[in-house]
Amino acid sequence: MQEEPFEPNLVGFLCTWCSYTGADFAGTARMTYAPNVKIIRVMCSGRVDPQFVLKAFREGADGVLISGCHPGDCHYKEGNYRTLRRYRLLIRVLEQMGIEPARLRLEWVSAAEGARFQRVCNEFTEQIRALGPLSLNGGKHEQHQA
Amino acid sequence: MSNTKPKVAFYWCASCGGCEESIIDLAEDILKVAAAVDIVFWPVALDFKRKDVEAMEDGSIAASFINGAVRNSEQEDMVKLLRRKSRIVVAHGSCSHLGGIPGLANFWDKETIFRRAYLTTPSTDNPQGVVPLEKSAVDGCELELPRFYDTVFSLDQVIDVDYYLPGCAPPRDLILSAFQALLEGTLPPKGSVLSPNKSECDECDRNDTKPEKLEIKEVKRPWEVHLDPEVCFLAQGVICMGPATRAGCGQRCISANMPCRGCFGPTDQVYDQGAKFLSAFASILATDDEKEIENIVQTIVDPAGTFYRFSLPSSILRRKRLEAVK
Ligand code: SF4
Ligand code: FES
Repeated sequence: MQEEPFEPNLVGFLCTWCSYTGADFAGTARMTYAPNVKIIRVMCSGRVDPQFVLKAFREGADGVLISGCHPGDCHYKEGNYRTLRRYRLLIRVLEQMGIEPARLRLEWVSAAEGARFQRVCNEFTEQIRALGPLSLNGGKHEQHQA
Repeated sequence: MSNTKPKVAFYWCASCGGCEESIIDLAEDILKVAAAVDIVFWPVALDFKRKDVEAMEDGSIAASFINGAVRNSEQEDMVKLLRRKSRIVVAHGSCSHLGGIPGLANFWDKETIFRRAYLTTPSTDNPQGVVPLEKSAVDGCELELPRFYDTVFSLDQVIDVDYYLPGCAPPRDLILSAFQALLEGTLPPKGSVLSPNKSECDECDRNDTKPEKLEIKEVKRPWEVHLDPEVCFLAQGVICMGPATRAGCGQRCISANMPCRGCFGPTDQVYDQGAKFLSAFASILATDDEKEIENIVQTIVDPAGTFYRFSLPSSILRRKRLEAVK
């Protein structure tokens, strides 16, 4: 039997005010783009607890996208700056854990930038396709069965 | 009379011995404990053997206090045996609760650990390159050693755990109140961590000196600064795990002018202590400029090892990806 080609499983956390609206815009404008990103709407990119990102990887995501308003445009003023700081620190930790930093992507997409959202999804999907699947192993297999 | 006393067992897995010490350190109170219970197994102090435990009826031990993480097949077998024989299992100390310091081995695997420990440390003298083998033949006999795992586990990743006594090692008052609750039958719901569910900052004497707006411009390690003994460590640019760590330790490190390293693990609301600290800490970096953020982030020498110092095995990711170690 032929092996199924790898299809990246991606999770995207989008802030409701800009990026989610931008994604919606891409949809209503009937732009076509890679369907790999499973979108989770959050109030602000600053709501994305690093635990969410780790959990997504743990549960099988090959890549995680966080997308918010452009700097200066966050509905809550500085949520996206927090996101930026967390992102820079988190990719360092991910690297130490053996997860390629490219698997976590941060983008600013405004409500009007449907085309940008389209491009981000396509690019990210291809980037992760090239990286291959993320296999996380908690080591559980080592314990012998009781 | 002695057979009506509740039976208690103590056992150690991958640990440093400090948790055993924490029981001895109960000093005269240990005598009260010893008078109230029947200690049926305690390898560090009493000469009972595994076969003695095997001979006990299932569920006949009231409580087993198990310290240390689980990282080899013998430890796994022993804790499974104790689980069968015990009505209550208490994970005693950080290693058992969270994986602890031995859990930092989850940045490597068995092979890299063996190579380092048995072959390449500067103090190693091992010209024949002998490393432990599961089976080896000596004078016609076959000798067996436990299998060493690539991954270190917290106790609850191996067996069902009823209670957690946090700390490296757990402080005396928490151990004593755990014993008291056990004897009086006043233990909280199963799964509880036997320490207050609030953050270390809430109990910290230095909390008042924490400025309204903390701003980190550069991260320093404790030995690089002359630390003010009164002021919040974060305000001095030194990483303190207090905001993401459970209270109850009695500020042993902080009163010795050392920042909290997180040995009590997270509060009930938090699943992943390291990620939670990362989140809080990143928020107080004093810039919005991407390049400057990166510069500050680079001043943290070992973020994953620092944020997960005691909790790597029990974190969401549990370990460095094996594929990336091999
Ligand atoms: S961060 Fe550390 S020093 Fe500052 S208040 Fe919290 S526990 Fe105390
Ligand atoms: S609301 Fe969009 S990033 Fe804060």
